[in-house]
Amino acid sequence: MTENNYNEIMKLLCDRLKVVSNSNIPITSETNIISQLSIDSIKLLNLIMEIEDTFDISIPINALADVQTVRELADLVYKIKSAS
Amino acid sequence: MNLLEKLDASAAARKALLPDGVGAFGIPIEEVYSATEARIGDRRVLLLGTNNYLGLTFAPECIRAAHEAIDKEGTGTTGSRMANGSYFGHRSLEREFADFYQCDSAIVFTTGYQANLGTISGLVGPGDTVLIDGDSHASIYDGCVLSGADIIRFKHNDTVDMEKRLRRLGDRVETTLIIAEGIYSMLGDQAPLADIVKLKNAYGCILLLDEAHSLGVLGETGQGLVEATGLLKEVDFITGTFSKSLCSIGGYCVSNHPQLEQLRYVSHPYIFTASPSPATIASTRAALELLRKGSHLRTLLWQNCTQLYTQLKKGGYLLGPHPGPVIAAIVDTPRQALLLWQNLLEHNIYVNLILPPAAPEGKSLVRCSVNAAHTPEQIKYVGDTFCKLRSLVC
Ligand SMILES: Cc1ncc(COP(=O)(O)O)c(C=O)c1O
Repeated sequence: MTENNYNEIMKLLCDRLKVVSNSNIPITSETNIISQLSIDSIKLLNLIMEIEDTFDISIPINALADVQTVRELADLVYKIKSAS
Repeated sequence: MNLLEKLDASAAARKALLPDGVGAFGIPIEEVYSATEARIGDRRVLLLGTNNYLGLTFAPECIRAAHEAIDKEGTGTTGSRMANGSYFGHRSLEREFADFYQCDSAIVFTTGYQANLGTISGLVGPGDTVLIDGDSHASIYDGCVLSGADIIRFKHNDTVDMEKRLRRLGDRVETTLIIAEGIYSMLGDQAPLADIVKLKNAYGCILLLDEAHSLGVLGETGQGLVEATGLLKEVDFITGTFSKSLCSIGGYCVSNHPQLEQLRYVSHPYIFTASPSPATIASTRAALELLRKGSHLRTLLWQNCTQLYTQLKKGGYLLGPHPGPVIAAIVDTPRQALLLWQNLLEHNIYVNLILPPAAPEGKSLVRCSVNAAHTPEQIKYVGDTFCKLRSLVC
């Protein structure tokens, strides 16, 4: 995994979050997924399934306990993808 | 935001969905007249939103057993199953459940919620994996969180999706617990158990099936989906509740694995709570006997299910895929669902209102639960009223 891969993950997350949140707030790496985008828990869990499929990885939903911002989610996906 | 302000924010979100004064959640039931009727405010309403599937809430056998137990053993056990709370009745009910499922052991828990918490957290721990259906009940999610295991969801009732996730787990499948439900409480659909069993055998996992809504409802003797599909011996652990078809409170886990017994020593939701009261256990034992002999009740229940499902379907409602005791009208917006729910109540019909995120796929549900005690006339009135109100949700 390279920096390019990381940027790719970040871009994909921002794009998908924009669609799922259905909001006009510009999404950056520091956007808080729950409080700023008001994405409900089930929508977030379904998005995680989608990301698992895109990158062919397993993301345990308990690992989301430490995720607040888009950057933290990208870090988690990057870490799991790198180890797979 | 401090702790209390966070609660205010969530209250504001709730009120945005459901204005003050609309008591759809926690509606006060003033008097209960029978398994099918109660008073809400000053209305005598038909109950179409209970889990009383066999209609046994007023069964004389159960009431008598509960009275006798209170007289003989008092109102509560005042202690844990682990200490002073395992009376003759608790142990007998465990033997009766084991016998009912032709299994070696059974454990009785204080609620069905705790049966899932206690079984899941007893079976898996940090480093293990649980693979659960995306529409699992909150007690399954909470049990998984309590366990500390890694939680992976598969798409609801989709075994192709499930296999994809099993494959990704690699060697970890050896310590993976798969969890599904006999009947799902939101749409009333059933798990594709034969395909799930095939996968669990192919990958060498352990399977837990929650029969909360299918106990008493499916299968010749009411064991649930395991009996209806002939797959009893293929499921490793079965959990369920006394709070639906058995009309009491409590939960159980049964298994042929001798390791089930060890759960009594490691499972906090079993140990650190008081055991069910003597009356609760006594009425449950009486109800289990009625349930086992209750094929006539299942016949009545299924006649009612089919009648209402067919009528709503004909009336143009979008429903879950399987007819059954849970019949949910799927509605696009919370506002439409609320309007239908309120109008049904004005026609003296109580059903359940389910709004996002509790309802699947961002939809809202107006959900009926049918039971064996409803008369065909009552079911027809409910079906006719739904059809009359159809324009509210178009
Ligand atoms: C699928 C499922 N499992 C477990 C439970 C919990 O049962 P209890 O009411 O006994 O806590 C319920 C009840 O809501 C349920 O629907």
